[in-house]
Amino acid sequence: MRKSLTALWLAFLFSLPLWMNNQYVLHVLVVTGIFIVAAISLNLLLGYAGQLSLGHVAFFGIGAYASALTSLGFSVHLTPETVLAITPKPVWCGMLAAVIASGACGWFIGRLSFKVRGAYFVIVSISFAEVVRLIALNWVELTQGPMALNNIPPLTLWLPGLGEHVFWKKPANYWLVLCVAVVSYAIVRRLVRSRAGRAMIALRENEPLATSVGIDVTRYLVLAAVVSAAMAGAAGALYAHYIRIVDPDVFLFIYTVTMVIMVITGGKGTLAGPVVGGLIFGLMPETLRAFAIPPELQWIAYGVLMVLVVFFLPRGIVPAVQNFWRRRRGNAAAIARATP
Amino acid sequence: MTAAPLLTVSALTIRFGGLTAIEDLSLEVREGEVLALIGPNGAGKTSAFNAITGYLAPSGGEIVFGGVRLNGLKPHRIAELGLVRTFQKTSVFSGRSALENILIGLHLRATQTPLAILLGLSAVAREEEQLEVEAREILAFAGLGARAHDLAGALPYGEQRLLEIAVALAAKPRLLLLDEPVSGMNAVETESFMAKLTEIRALGITVLLVEHDMKMVMSVSDRVVCLSQGRVIASGTPGEIQRDPEVIRAYLGESYARNKEAHSRA
Amino acid sequence: MLGGTYALLGIGLTLIFGIMRVVNFTHGELYAFGAYMMYMLVMLTGANFFVALVLAVVLGAALGAALEFVLLRKLRGADIDTTMLVMIGAWIALQNAEQLAWTGVAQSIDNPFPSAPLVIGTVSVSWIRVFVLGVALALIAATYALINHSRLGKAMRATFQDRDTAALMGIQIGTIHTATFALGSGLAAAAGALLGPVFVAYPTMGDLAAAKAFAIVILGGLGSIAGATAGGFILALAEELGAGYISSGYRDAMGFVLIILILIFKPTGLFAQKERIG
Repeated sequence: MRKSLTALWLAFLFSLPLWMNNQYVLHVLVVTGIFIVAAISLNLLLGYAGQLSLGHVAFFGIGAYASALTSLGFSVHLTPETVLAITPKPVWCGMLAAVIASGACGWFIGRLSFKVRGAYFVIVSISFAEVVRLIALNWVELTQGPMALNNIPPLTLWLPGLGEHVFWKKPANYWLVLCVAVVSYAIVRRLVRSRAGRAMIALRENEPLATSVGIDVTRYLVLAAVVSAAMAGAAGALYAHYIRIVDPDVFLFIYTVTMVIMVITGGKGTLAGPVVGGLIFGLMPETLRAFAIPPELQWIAYGVLMVLVVFFLPRGIVPAVQNFWRRRRGNAAAIARATP
Repeated sequence: MTAAPLLTVSALTIRFGGLTAIEDLSLEVREGEVLALIGPNGAGKTSAFNAITGYLAPSGGEIVFGGVRLNGLKPHRIAELGLVRTFQKTSVFSGRSALENILIGLHLRATQTPLAILLGLSAVAREEEQLEVEAREILAFAGLGARAHDLAGALPYGEQRLLEIAVALAAKPRLLLLDEPVSGMNAVETESFMAKLTEIRALGITVLLVEHDMKMVMSVSDRVVCLSQGRVIASGTPGEIQRDPEVIRAYLGESYARNKEAHSRA
Repeated sequence: MLGGTYALLGIGLTLIFGIMRVVNFTHGELYAFGAYMMYMLVMLTGANFFVALVLAVVLGAALGAALEFVLLRKLRGADIDTTMLVMIGAWIALQNAEQLAWTGVAQSIDNPFPSAPLVIGTVSVSWIRVFVLGVALALIAATYALINHSRLGKAMRATFQDRDTAALMGIQIGTIHTATFALGSGLAAAAGALLGPVFVAYPTMGDLAAAKAFAIVILGGLGSIAGATAGGFILALAEELGAGYISSGYRDAMGFVLIILILIFKPTGLFAQKERIG
């Protein structure tokens, strides 16, 4: 039953660009999709492994910059004499670079999170993101600083027999993002339902007990961080090649906050949580914009909404809904048993 | 004929700042036996446990398990070597179901690598099925078969403690360290635990336990070591320990011991 | 001078973070609030500069108390991410409210000091900066006295060391928390009120301030006022050096870099004396 429902849902999503002609809506969906991938990745680290990482936007931005720079080519002076020059590479190469670069950062953060715990780790992760932002802003030779990297080439796919296809149009990008989102979801699902996922959940729930049964906490923290970061990097790369301009503002803390809101309100530690949260907070700004509400008011609404959700639905929307259905089914069963 | 020592603790010393929790503790746990560590509160029993299992760094002394030196190893490494412990305060993954708890405990028994998991290889799915079968067997052994899908945190106290032991067993220990396993249990639960302990022994697992319930300790243990204020004051069979004047003095105080001696002389 | 005001920020946060174990994301906004209150009072209603200063601090403390009462009371004992999220929500709401109320344009605040600098020997400093440093030092001293020599301070220190025992001894934890948050917020507002006239007031000024406050708390060790004070001056110094030797763009990065380095190498901070205040 559930499999056919998923298939139906996916078919619907895939068919969307075929009948939805509104370019603006497609654009919104693409951006939302990218954010959903980022939210799914954050959920792995924050929700399942329980690490309070508030620097996630760093992975996203590093991925964006890595991919953009690789596909544009760059040359920097590492010392006044030596120059590191990279010629422009094909876009898929850039995306690979993005995943590797952010994955490496994830490794670093993973090892750090083991040493530095709790609230301190929150501060460290935020600081990390800020330092990266300031580097992006100031290392003009590499990143063009606030002038941004422009004209980033869109994704080019060479399919045997079908020839080359350049992802200029929105529908193509939509499908690409949708595929990446589905793959991301599948990766997290597989991970979570395996020994590795259980280890992460164990170290989140009761670390001394986890180590007493042989779970290597560092190893699984790092694994969660690397996969999470690499996925966010992929999202960043998608962003770079879709929007085609990348500037240091991509590292702003406010984007981490957006991702965190998506994960928490959707339901951290659940598979559907980030998707639901991503849809709500991805689509909401656009719908609000239709009502001509000033952006500040929007953000105030977000802030208030966050506080309310935390007070009333502390585990998020998805678990609340799950509980609701469980109780209803329980009631129905009880009624069925009671009626003669 | 004595069996070979599985765990050897030599001259273990644990100091916290100015406080000495354990002083020059030496003991041996022989393969296949049940050794109990007793002593009044504050005698240093849990500190000894923590040091042996890697949660606490000893200030001196050596711990050797099955020929491997444990000093400085991380707890998970020690568990890999076959030494698994339970905790004094009930420790289960309370937000997960009983079955999931056991599955987590089976961590060391599974061989899935992260790469295999990510690629979704069928070997992973097969192993998952196998793990579930094993987990159910372990739950059944602990008498918790019906509780497989209940939240561990919602289980009644006695069953939680059983679950705790079941999780430890899942990690396939050669030596099981039980920290006050029956504390808080009523007489019925204690009885059934004692029966379980016999079954655990039958599996070939050596047991080192810390306990306050003297009746239970005396009936299940092969040997007993008594600690007081961080030092070993007596060791031997349960019978010997019960008659040892040092032990009596440690538990019941000076005047009682003198009284008893006076009475036994009279 | 920057050191002094940074110290104020740091002390406020180390108290809140230390006693209440809350990652106070709103700290920066109270800093901005202080500055904006000065703006409102001095520029918009023409109040006396010094009166406005006092009012700004008092209002800041009041806002802090209100925040604690409304938001944090309910969450006593909740896990850290819940409290964190509520703080983030409050931070977003506050910052955007400020933006809405006073627009995003940077506002400058007049001060009553002569614009000709004060010359001492070969050094010339502007009057306002001297004033700011003076007030900052006075506030630091006052806070130190409060914490170490008053009953309230004693209660705070007790709560810091062992909350449960303190509660058992009859200390009203709730009141202490409100007082702590109010005090910390008041100090932040003071810092903002003092620096606002020196620089300008703009809605996002709180973010950098908050980040630096955290850096100072980590530098100085949790709960140590002396540490926070020293940390404030150290950070100011590090910023000057960073701006001088690397590039001015990296001035603000120094705080973050320090945080990361210290947490990697010396997680308890430079001055932590086994967790005590004072």
